Formats: sequence, structure tokens, C-alpha cells
Amino acid sequence: MTTNTLKASAAGTSVLPALFAVVLGLGIITLTGHVQASALHDAAHDVRHATGFPCH
Amino acid sequence: MFSRILTSGLFAGAAAGLITALLQLYFVQPVLLHAELYESGALVHFGADPVTAHPALPGLFAEPVRDGLSIIFTMLTYTGYALVMAALMSVAERQGHEINARTGLLWGLAGFITFHFAPGLSLAPEVPGVAAADVGVRQIWWAVTVAAAGVAMWLIAFGGNAASYLIAALLLMGPHIVGAPEPETFSGPVPTEIGALFAARAFGIGMAAWVLLGSFAGYFWQAEGKRAAAAA
Repeated sequence: MTTNTLKASAAGTSVLPALFAVVLGLGIITLTGHVQASALHDAAHDVRHATGFPCH
Repeated sequence: MFSRILTSGLFAGAAAGLITALLQLYFVQPVLLHAELYESGALVHFGADPVTAHPALPGLFAEPVRDGLSIIFTMLTYTGYALVMAALMSVAERQGHEINARTGLLWGLAGFITFHFAPGLSLAPEVPGVAAADVGVRQIWWAVTVAAAGVAMWLIAFGGNAASYLIAALLLMGPHIVGAPEPETFSGPVPTEIGALFAARAFGIGMAAWVLLGSFAGYFWQAEGKRAAAAA
């Protein structure tokens, strides 16, 4: 029982950091590649075209 | 675990992003600037007179703010990719798969297919001035296609049975069978030669960038693991 609980909590702590990093990474990609706010769009314009993101 | 993901992701993303930004400025940006001459109407083809294929273009860093922002945003974008990749590497390593600079090359190729080639197969990298469907609808199609291709890449790499290969093939083809949002009419003023060169360059530099990113991420993942083990 105790072993199972330990195993479960170890698995939980190992997946959470990975999940958080994925969310953080996707957040950055959304900000640089997809948010249409004009300041962000203008600053990232050339990168969005060159990286193949839908731009205008 | 989180600091290992964060550290290897930041190092790999910043390094690959910087190299990518310089490659894009040298190989992609001149094509984009050339296209913008047609987008703005400064050049018009199929007019009364033939148009030179070699107009004077601003040189490298002629617009320092614009190019500087491009460098920063490329590094940020590739750092985002790298964080996702390092997180998935941590999951794969836990499942017993070896992560290093060499296997990272394959991770990079898979990332290129997921984030660049799969959506680009139907939403080709757009040269400025090209006609396109509503940007919001294209972004939804882009996100769904990237998600499907990402799952497909994982199944191909780690699935190991016929069913996973079949599901992967369906996930890869599905978005293109459904079809990407297309414009109602064509109105692009840019010569097809420039548009084709732009798409080819964007894909080529994208592949180089992703292979570098994967290899760097694998290298830093392994190096950070060794460092943490030595410290423990």
C-alpha cells in the first residue's frame, strides 16, 4: 500500500513538470506566432512568414 | 526534473534560435523583401515592360530594429519549441529511450514535420501579399494539424505496432483530406517564381533549424542529467 502510494506520487511529480514545460512552451509559441495584437504582429511579422505561421 | 527540462530547453532553444535567425535573415529575408516590393506596388509584373528579377534590396541589417526584433522573436519561438521537446524527451527517457545529440537529430526531424512541414503542406509558407482565407480559421486548422502530426510522430517513433502506424498515417493525412481554409479568389501580386522560392527557402531553413534544435536539446538534456547526477 505504502509502496503503491509512493510510486503513484513519484509518477505524479515526474509528469507535472513535463506538462508545465509543454504549456509554457506552447504559450510562448502562441505569443510569438499567433496572437494578432498589432504590436506583436508587427514585431514578429518576418518571423511568422519565414516560420510558416498563418500571418495576416 | 523541471529545472533539467527548463535548462536544456532554454540552452537548446536560444542556440538553435540564434543560428536560425541568422540563416533566415540571409536566405529568407531577401526573398520576403523582394516580394514586398510587389505587395506595395513598387514593382508590377506582367505590365507593359519586363521587370528586372534583381532589384536593389536593402542589405543585411539595413533595418536594425526590424531585423533585431526578428532575431529576438526567432529565439523566443525556438525556445518555446525546445521546452516542448525537452518535456517530451523527459517522458521518453522515463520509458527507456535513449536521449542524446544523435537521437536528437530524429527528434528534430519529427519536430520539423510536426510544426512546419505538416501544416505547410496545405497552408504553404506565405509570401507577403498572397491571398489567403481568414487568419483565425487558418490558425485553427494549423493548430489541429500540428496536434495531429505531433501525436502521429510519437506513435511512429514509439508505437511499435501496426495499429499505431495506421493511426499515425490517418492523423497525418486527415487534415489534408479535409482541406485547409482557402481564399475565395486569388489576388496575389507577387510573381510565382518569388512565391515558390520563398516556400522552398522557408522549408529548407526550417528543416536545418529543427535538426539543430533536436540535436542541441538531446545534447543539453544528456549533459544536464550528467551534471545533476555528479552533484547528487
